Amino acid sequence: MHRYANPARFQRLARAIFPWTTGLTVLCLGGGLWFALVQSPPDYQQGETVRIMYIHVPAAWMAMFSYTCIAAASAALLVWKHPLAELAARAMAPIGASFTALCLITGSLWGEPMWGTWWVWDARLTSVLILFFLYLGQIALFNAFDDPTRGGRAAAILALVGVINVPIIKFSVDWWNTLHQPASVLRMSGPTIDPSMLLPLLLMAFGFTFYFVSLTLLRIRSEILARRLRALQFAQGSAEPAGARRVSA
Amino acid sequence: MSDFFAMGGYAAYVWPAYGITAAVLIGLWIASVRSLKSREAEVEAAEAGQPRRGDR
Repeated sequence: MHRYANPARFQRLARAIFPWTTGLTVLCLGGGLWFALVQSPPDYQQGETVRIMYIHVPAAWMAMFSYTCIAAASAALLVWKHPLAELAARAMAPIGASFTALCLITGSLWGEPMWGTWWVWDARLTSVLILFFLYLGQIALFNAFDDPTRGGRAAAILALVGVINVPIIKFSVDWWNTLHQPASVLRMSGPTIDPSMLLPLLLMAFGFTFYFVSLTLLRIRSEILARRLRALQFAQGSAEPAGARRVSA
Repeated sequence: MSDFFAMGGYAAYVWPAYGITAAVLIGLWIASVRSLKSREAEVEAAEAGQPRRGDR
């Protein structure tokens, strides 16, 4: 049985990759902050508030990217019952929730001076808020059952149902009239943004991506240990929760 | 230098955006590392108390 999908091999791999992705996180974010705050020019319309873009837009990308990764892991869990997939989804959910919260908060801080309001119930903002609630729902489901594998399955089903929201977020600015501006980087005919602003934006986006990879690896290692601890406690006959009758090892 | 911190009059929006982002990302990182360390210690303690298979 591949009950732990060879955690020893994963631990070795994770330990080998972790220093590199963490180093790249620091490099990209360091360079990104320098260009975002110092080197890049203020916008001709938005002035200095455009600097909020360098965290708001990458945070929004990461919010959707994390959710897509969780949905993929959830599919792997439900279809192939791959045990590491559940631990990966469990590890990624709080990171995705954090990026979504940051996207909403920085968007609000950008909206107040530029739109004159902290919040509007338009398609883009509302669909991102729903994404945030989907993350919270998953985190709640993961911890709602005595048997973590049942919680993992419930959260995976929610993740797969909720993935419909990701294209809705992406295309909300095209499908509905909204206060939010349309895409200026990820569009069919290429970016419309000036290179002096594209560089810090991409550096920050890569920095956030490497942060996500590093922290996901670290958190999966932690989840493997939690599962191992549970199996050990089960074997010792202590701390055996009712309804968690699964044969361990 | 004070021009830099003034952010063209938008300091009250730009700096909180960066500050909150830094606080959330660093906070989540520290919480994750702490949880990993405490679980490592717990597993080690549990394995120490576990009779080895050959001993039974």
